[in-house]
Amino acid sequence: MPTVSVKRDLLFRALGRTYTDEEFDELCFEFGLELDEITSEKEIISKEQGNEKAHGASDVVLYKIDVPANRYDLLCLEGLVRGLQVFKERIKTPMYKRVMPKGEIQKLIITEETAKIRPYAVAAVLRNIKFTKDRYDSFIELQEKLHQNICRKRALVAIGTHDLDTLSGPFTYTAKKPSDIKFKPLNKSKEYTACELMNIYKTDNQLKHYLHIIENKPLYPVIYDSNGVVLSMPPIINGNHSKITVNTKNVFIECTGTDFTKAKIVLDVIVTMFSEYCDNQFTVEAAEVVFPNGKLHSFPELAYRKEMVRADLINKKVGIRETPENLAKLLTRMCLKSEVIGDGNQIEVEIPPTRADIIHACDIIEDAAIAYGYNNIQMTLPKTYTIANQFPLNKLTELLRQDIAAAGFTEALTFALCSQEDIADKLGMDISATKAIHISNPKTAEFQVARTTLLPGLLKTIAANRKMPLPLKLFEISDIVIKDSSRDVGARNYRHLCAVYYNKNPGFEIIHGLLDRIMQLLDVPPGEKKGGYAIKASEGSAFFPGRCAEIFARGQSIGKLGVLHPDVITKFELTMPCSCVEINIEPFL
Amino acid sequence: MADGPVAEVLLRRLETADGGLDSAELATELGVEHQTVVGAVKSLQALGEIIETELRSSKRWELTAEGEEIAQEGSHEARVFRSIPPEGLPQSELMRLPSGKVGFSKAMSNKWIRVDKSAADGPRVFRVVDSVEDEVQRRLQLVQGGQAEKLGEKERSELRKRKLLTEVTLKTYWVSKGSAFSTSISKQETELSPEMISSGSWRDRPFKPYNFSAHGVLPDSGHLHPLLKVRSQFRQIFLEMGFTEMPTDNYIESSFWNFDALFQPQQHPARDQHDTFFLRDPAQAQQLPMDYVHRVKRTHSQGGYGSQGYKYNWKLDEARKNLLRTHTTASSARALYHLAQKKPFTPAKYFSIDRVFRNETLDATHLAEFHQIEGVVADHGLTLGHLMGVLREFFTKLGITQLRFKPAYNPYTEPSMEVFSYHQGLKKWVEVGNSGIFRPEMLLPMGLPENVSVIAWGLSLERPTMIKYGINNIRELVGHKVNLQMVYDSPLCRLDAERGPPSTQEAA
Repeated sequence: MPTVSVKRDLLFRALGRTYTDEEFDELCFEFGLELDEITSEKEIISKEQGNEKAHGASDVVLYKIDVPANRYDLLCLEGLVRGLQVFKERIKTPMYKRVMPKGEIQKLIITEETAKIRPYAVAAVLRNIKFTKDRYDSFIELQEKLHQNICRKRALVAIGTHDLDTLSGPFTYTAKKPSDIKFKPLNKSKEYTACELMNIYKTDNQLKHYLHIIENKPLYPVIYDSNGVVLSMPPIINGNHSKITVNTKNVFIECTGTDFTKAKIVLDVIVTMFSEYCDNQFTVEAAEVVFPNGKLHSFPELAYRKEMVRADLINKKVGIRETPENLAKLLTRMCLKSEVIGDGNQIEVEIPPTRADIIHACDIIEDAAIAYGYNNIQMTLPKTYTIANQFPLNKLTELLRQDIAAAGFTEALTFALCSQEDIADKLGMDISATKAIHISNPKTAEFQVARTTLLPGLLKTIAANRKMPLPLKLFEISDIVIKDSSRDVGARNYRHLCAVYYNKNPGFEIIHGLLDRIMQLLDVPPGEKKGGYAIKASEGSAFFPGRCAEIFARGQSIGKLGVLHPDVITKFELTMPCSCVEINIEPFL
Repeated sequence: MADGPVAEVLLRRLETADGGLDSAELATELGVEHQTVVGAVKSLQALGEIIETELRSSKRWELTAEGEEIAQEGSHEARVFRSIPPEGLPQSELMRLPSGKVGFSKAMSNKWIRVDKSAADGPRVFRVVDSVEDEVQRRLQLVQGGQAEKLGEKERSELRKRKLLTEVTLKTYWVSKGSAFSTSISKQETELSPEMISSGSWRDRPFKPYNFSAHGVLPDSGHLHPLLKVRSQFRQIFLEMGFTEMPTDNYIESSFWNFDALFQPQQHPARDQHDTFFLRDPAQAQQLPMDYVHRVKRTHSQGGYGSQGYKYNWKLDEARKNLLRTHTTASSARALYHLAQKKPFTPAKYFSIDRVFRNETLDATHLAEFHQIEGVVADHGLTLGHLMGVLREFFTKLGITQLRFKPAYNPYTEPSMEVFSYHQGLKKWVEVGNSGIFRPEMLLPMGLPENVSVIAWGLSLERPTMIKYGINNIRELVGHKVNLQMVYDSPLCRLDAERGPPSTQEAA
């Protein structure tokens, strides 16, 4: 969930009133935001770098507000204020307009070289904008928030904003060999080739995260003006030439990317938020994009869409009884201008370009519910009559664990993920013999594989509890995972039961006794006939030679029991003899 | 010892004593060691209310070994005096006597004797007086007779300096009658035996009282794991509410069931390598329900079912990618798909509690695997009010009654609401769960009828357990680093009977 940091006093001035922290928290909660933290720059620096560094930093109060991940229109002060003011019916939601310039329209021409790297681009102009320090900061910060969220760290979309008065169109969006791209990047005093830049930025804490997006491509995307000035090399860096400042009057915005829909949304969000500061409020100057196939598109789209929702559907889905007129009013408070039309039950809802999150009637219904107030909705119980059933495997598990605890064993709860070493090397096995599934992106060795046996987890539990009085008697009933090509995903779980006895003596008879008890509980008689159970001398790499038996029940092998091999004991950092039993309980369902 | 002679005498004396008696005095009177009397007192104490005792400590003067000798034999100076015959004694001979050295100088300073240095065979000692009063011996005898108080402070300190007297602290018992005083005591039985029962002798025998303040011996027993005890309670709650348990015994899922089926777009951050464990082997799901897959693909990329869709290029390969499920909602999706195939539609209530996996940064409250609790109701015409009503009943069973709901965003529910409850200890609203109504873009491609709504909610099992048992570090609860003593000591899980952990934990 993105967090937006705004100056409290600036926010209150824009809202036209002040709130106590509690009142504002309450308002946020109602609207679906969360006042996460009240802090200041000074406090943040002091927390991160110590009091000394914080000396002299601003102590202006900051509100950190958590915004739902799909509400790009609330990612800056301007959007938050607009949303809350409309919600509180203090202002009406503005109409955003795309206008044609008086002079020639700005053009961005896409060449076909971009097709394999970053095929899409959109653009627009904010004409006669008045920045202040705070507005300018908010403008930069919004781009950063968009980059981190909807733009997926610039992979899907990257934004470039430029001082139009320093450039001359038409612009060309193309792709070139890195060695052929040379320009003075943002905040640098000399020119570099793209190759050099990629090297320099390897140590840049912010930019190094974006290099991978184009690093291994033969061509890098780049935008030029008609004089060959580089506007930007998306998604890495803008040129220094067209850098915007507080004094910039006319802003050229380009968004390039691999996701056309998202590029359009990002452009719409930026221009709807900041056209507020244009001389002609909430109007945006169109720019024309020429696609490689020659087709022309004007941007920003600023598309308004009409949806028809029946009032009784909203009432039925939310569980309220409001008149269509009231529902239209509620929706209008959510920046969704609505009116009752037709038979008096139809509500026509206008979806503004700021609300890309509204893709279905259910999104409209949610907004009606939010405006109505979730906590004002009458709670009722559904009349759904059902008979409950337990999942048979879990039912058996629940019954067994009670009785195994009653037999004197203590339940452990160990991780399903572990290292290859745990399930193979430490048990004297080769990993290929385990049929384990392998994780492709583990951050540490602890998450290399899913366990194929419960034994390592129990032995590690003992190792972590060596200070406890002996004997230690532990058990676990849980799932292990084995590759199985007959399953849709190529793997399946098995419900295993494992128990260990750890003491100065191996206590095989105790583990054997537990097995006998388990079979008694499962109503499986001793003896091989008639679906009974028996154990037969066997061997296993984890067991001491001659101290291992295989368990057969209901006509199949279900597991093994025995005394652990001293090597196994040592590898798990244990010192005492240990015996264990592990079986698959699924045959007893 | 309790029925030994001293104890009996003590009780008899106590019967006639006025108020009580002192153990040391009794020892003196009986001519026995004080320790013997103390032993008798202690054995009588063990019988309960027969006697009452009060421990007293008093300071007393006692003779040292040398003091004892002097009280018996006389002081060194007196012995020197007595050993001198009228004709005198050579000094060298006198010095060889046992009391010679000390006695000579004391007798000299007492002016009891004199030395004639001019005698022919060396210095000779003569009596000066005819008889002497041995004051030292007298004083020591007074102390011996228990009359030290008759001596002055100065006299006592002089004797102490001569190491003849020493002050000792004496612990004595002041013994008085107890509420069950009796002079007739007999040997007490410690335990009831089968013989006593069969012979009936228990009727006539006194029994040694138990010490009820001692701890009992804990039974040798097995223990259930606290987190799984809480799991059992949650299962119980769902079953009480008529919810059927979904199969969740498949940790490995395809991206399709984990994300795509839930209308979670393929570029969603949760599908990032940083958040999800993907599989190297088996890397891909081979079988997917292709009819359904196509409907899902169309809904993502083009929309449909009243939706605009996400308008992007949906890729089958992305959906085939195997992973460790990141939520049990993947299993809920399978269950709902299964439900959708049954015609006609029958309403259903489902739940599950099982492990999920996240490739996240680990800390004191986050592990790479945890348990998710999920509840789902599918029926015609379910409303947000129904969801809230079901949540209220569910949380009431957990002992949580103060609830409020916050609008939220989840990729696969709309409307969505976070559930908050008021935490008495923290004095603030804390999030206890997440909920919503599944999106039509998720349900309709499955084949569920259009007027069927599915409400759902979820929460983690670990968080309420940590709060309940006052555990701050999740590693102490889950995984092999568990503190087994904590497992041994953990109480029953009664979710609605108690509120929260001990107050100290709440503050932390």
